[in-house]
Amino acid sequence: MNQEDSFRVKVGLAEMLKGGVIMDVVNAEQAKIAEAAGAAAVMALERVPADIRRDGGVARMSPVSKIREIQAAVSIPVMAKCRIGHTAEARILEALKVDFIDESEVLTPADEENHVYKHDFRIPFVCGCRNLGEALRRIGEGAAMIRTKGEAGTGDVVHAVKHLREIGREMRNLTLMGRDERMREAKRLGAPYELVVAVAETGKLPVPNFAAGGIATPADAALCMSLGAEAIFVGSGIFKSDDPEARARAIVKAATHWRDADALVEAEESLGVGMKGIDAASLPEEAQLQTRGW
Amino acid sequence: MVRKKPASVAVLALQGDFEAHRRALARMGIASFEARKPAEIDEAAGVIIPGGESTTLWKFFELAPWEEALARFAASGRPMLGTCAGAIVLAREVTNPAQKALGLLDVSIERNGYGRQADSFIGAVDAPSLGGQIPAVFIRAPRIRAVGPRVNVLATREGEPVLVRQGNVVAATFHPELTPDERVHRLAFENVAAESPAEVSRRSDEAMKR
Repeated sequence: MNQEDSFRVKVGLAEMLKGGVIMDVVNAEQAKIAEAAGAAAVMALERVPADIRRDGGVARMSPVSKIREIQAAVSIPVMAKCRIGHTAEARILEALKVDFIDESEVLTPADEENHVYKHDFRIPFVCGCRNLGEALRRIGEGAAMIRTKGEAGTGDVVHAVKHLREIGREMRNLTLMGRDERMREAKRLGAPYELVVAVAETGKLPVPNFAAGGIATPADAALCMSLGAEAIFVGSGIFKSDDPEARARAIVKAATHWRDADALVEAEESLGVGMKGIDAASLPEEAQLQTRGW
Repeated sequence: MVRKKPASVAVLALQGDFEAHRRALARMGIASFEARKPAEIDEAAGVIIPGGESTTLWKFFELAPWEEALARFAASGRPMLGTCAGAIVLAREVTNPAQKALGLLDVSIERNGYGRQADSFIGAVDAPSLGGQIPAVFIRAPRIRAVGPRVNVLATREGEPVLVRQGNVVAATFHPELTPDERVHRLAFENVAAESPAEVSRRSDEAMKR
């Protein structure tokens, strides 16, 4: 396949995940719970973000044995995280035939300046972003899906909301600009000009835009969908709660029925206590994960 | 909220690429709406079960009486189209792994028949009755392993069925909604009245804003 067809196949899988929930899992047992609850995909990682935050140390790609175990346990797509700029981890994940690679700020970055050149891979990548410029830089490198960089492991949705709002506002502004203003905007955003033009013409990102980071409840999922997210990633929110199975089912329901308040009542009422969480505003900048990458 | 419109096709919006199907219908001038509850399809002119994850779709089918609503719809003779995961849930039998399905299409279908995403591809399929080759996007696609006597095979790839029809039910293992080629949607919804694409697009935009 040429690069154009290859990119269409990658974005195609992202399209299939819309309206769904992608759940962080660390082993086969959690993956089976996620699949049984209706997850559209699972994300394999070594430790969920809340544990990375608590325990510190270097967070890396999930062990190969765990990825294989998870792939054997479920029939839905299996994603896995690699460190920012860690092309070798990405090659290993590609050879393992994971279905999507998340080049993620949740893991400790391997390169402070460069991200992986994602067009070189057969399998699709998702990358986080905090604003439109960052989204378009990642798409320029070949990302087939974009997600917000809400503050992972906090259970606080505030930064996912902030990033969705920011991207939505910047895209709306672009659609209102004259053609002669687009190059200046590309310069301001630090984004490839061709992609800036594409957003100005369509009002949308050229790849699906999902929400991630701090989503812990069905209501959080519904809020992100209402702000333009097309699907939901849930990290620590499920397996750090008292009731992972019920919570997973409830968030799946909320991502579909996000406009239906009665359905959201049903989803919330089945639940016990969510993860305790951390007020993201109390985190000093050096403790934030979202500032990794650029 | 039920948004019933005369001659409007219901696209199941539980999970998957329902927007891509709506865009494909809009290009043809066919109105559509997103259905998230079984009763919403009762008055529709047609139904699409989109691509997505078949296990996720089935979880939703277990939460509300979708099986009954879809069986009733199929029996009414109005057109139905399932693509990829949609073809899986329409089937009589699902393998790899075995899972429940609607049984509205007499085929046996194998999930992830080509492998994982690394094995997804774009290629042409042979559809002599539709005027030759059709460009087709296969994403973690299933494979039809057996077809019953009432099933017509309309397109093949390397001799295997990839587009089939049983009466009013059409199913593709690939994603016609991801290419500009309209032939599969036309085949399924040939009897649904088209309006001007501009009018359909205007109304769809309004519905989205609500």
